[in-house]
Amino acid sequence: MKINSNLAVSDSGFIFNPSNGDSFSTNAVGADIIRLMKEGKKLTEIKKEMSAKYDVEPGAFEKDYEDFISQLQDHFLVSHV
Amino acid sequence: MKTEKLKYERPAIRKMNTGLMNKFGTRTEYAPFTHIDGVSVKELINKYGSPCFVISERTIRKTYQNAVRAFKTRYPKVQFAWSYKTNYIDAVCNVFHQEGSWAEVVSIFEYTKAIENGVPGNKIIFNGPEKTKADLKVALENNSYIHVDHFDELYDLIELTQELKKTAKVAIRVNMDTGVYPMWDRFGFNYESGQAWNAINKIMASEYLEMVGLHCHIGTFMLDPNAYAVAASKLSDLAVNIKYVFNKTIQYLDLGGGFPSANTLRGAYLPGPDMIPSIDEFAEVITNTILNYGYKKEDLPLLILETGRAMIDDAGYLLGSVIANKRLSDGRRATIMDFGVNILFTAFWYEHKITPAQEFSSHTEDMVIYGPLCMNIDVVRSSVTLPALNRGDHVVVHKVGAYNMTQWMQFIAMRPKVTLIDTNGNSHIIRENETVKTITEPERMPDHLKTFNL
Repeated sequence: MKINSNLAVSDSGFIFNPSNGDSFSTNAVGADIIRLMKEGKKLTEIKKEMSAKYDVEPGAFEKDYEDFISQLQDHFLVSHV
Repeated sequence: MKTEKLKYERPAIRKMNTGLMNKFGTRTEYAPFTHIDGVSVKELINKYGSPCFVISERTIRKTYQNAVRAFKTRYPKVQFAWSYKTNYIDAVCNVFHQEGSWAEVVSIFEYTKAIENGVPGNKIIFNGPEKTKADLKVALENNSYIHVDHFDELYDLIELTQELKKTAKVAIRVNMDTGVYPMWDRFGFNYESGQAWNAINKIMASEYLEMVGLHCHIGTFMLDPNAYAVAASKLSDLAVNIKYVFNKTIQYLDLGGGFPSANTLRGAYLPGPDMIPSIDEFAEVITNTILNYGYKKEDLPLLILETGRAMIDDAGYLLGSVIANKRLSDGRRATIMDFGVNILFTAFWYEHKITPAQEFSSHTEDMVIYGPLCMNIDVVRSSVTLPALNRGDHVVVHKVGAYNMTQWMQFIAMRPKVTLIDTNGNSHIIRENETVKTITEPERMPDHLKTFNL
């Protein structure tokens, strides 16, 4: 799963997709995940970084991560590689 | 040195749309609701479990005193009677009785509760369509006010008083057209058709019935105060005619209840608090109508009010927790709570305000709130905008004091504790949670069904 590389993401969680003009807002955790995905990180690395930064168990995070990815898919922000 | 981790919130994303502006905005909550009357929601859940109901005694007293002020500053003789069916947990009833409320009951079950709470029989108003002869006998012996609902009851009462040679204090419930739809004509005797006047004639001709009052209850969650002006005027017309024809002074007019609370009705365009008239507006039209009707000063009737919902809804909270989050097939977020329509019966007609009980970010999601029941009807809010809620997070449902603790169902799950925060900020259990034994104790097992082999 790869996040579209041309997405513009601001620190406050504003996302702009230049390919179709759609814009989105996400919360801090969502913005961090997108940033890490843009850096090319995989789930295991993202999980490690996020559970170090936030007060969350890795298992609970993974469940929310999967749900978040499905939301990104619904909005055509990720693609299978 | 250990660094503190940041508070986690479930990741969420929302597409931003232009051209779909809502002038009322979409956010529903701006701040967490962490304390009720100074007591921490988290502590209450730790102590009493989740879900649990919390009643604020301070809010009940404040709301009641405000309503009494609204009427007593406009009219010389006012009496409130607590509507037991709205919330008949004994501790709640006793707060109203301490404030001076009589009891208004609609079944022998509620009547017995009022007597056991210590309400004198002559301060109980017995309403409702079901009063057996045995029930009527109890009310008669206790000298209670009997509000007759139909002719069958009236004839039962005539027979009974003749047998016992004891006088009953009676009023009739009158239904009428007040310009409000739907018209409640299933209770009492109709005004426009002359049925009410026929009942009055029958009572006045009965040796052991004393016609002391006239009662109406024109509807529920009434949003038009003027309907009460029509009701007060029609009851006054009957009272004045009784005086003229029979030279009998009617002691009281009971305008019933039906005043709304600040909840938002399902499908309403505006939120409840922006829509409902204040209690002063109802008081103004009712008292003005009676005072201007032309009663002689000595004949001015006592004004009785049986308002329930408007007195108790604001004082009730339901605390609950998130069981799970899921996504529906159409992409909508669904949040499953540990409380459902079994204990929050009013979710069928209100869009209840639900507030997270812990800090949250500014990011929100549209979601459906489901209860825990394995039943499709268990929907608490079909669409609400709330912050991303994590599993185990607590929420507070507001304005749940009316009807939920009487109409709740023992269905699939057991009913939780009801607690009360007193005016000093101390919390008390006023109704224990149910256990399996509560449910199975009244059951009986025939001998041939006691065993089985699987």
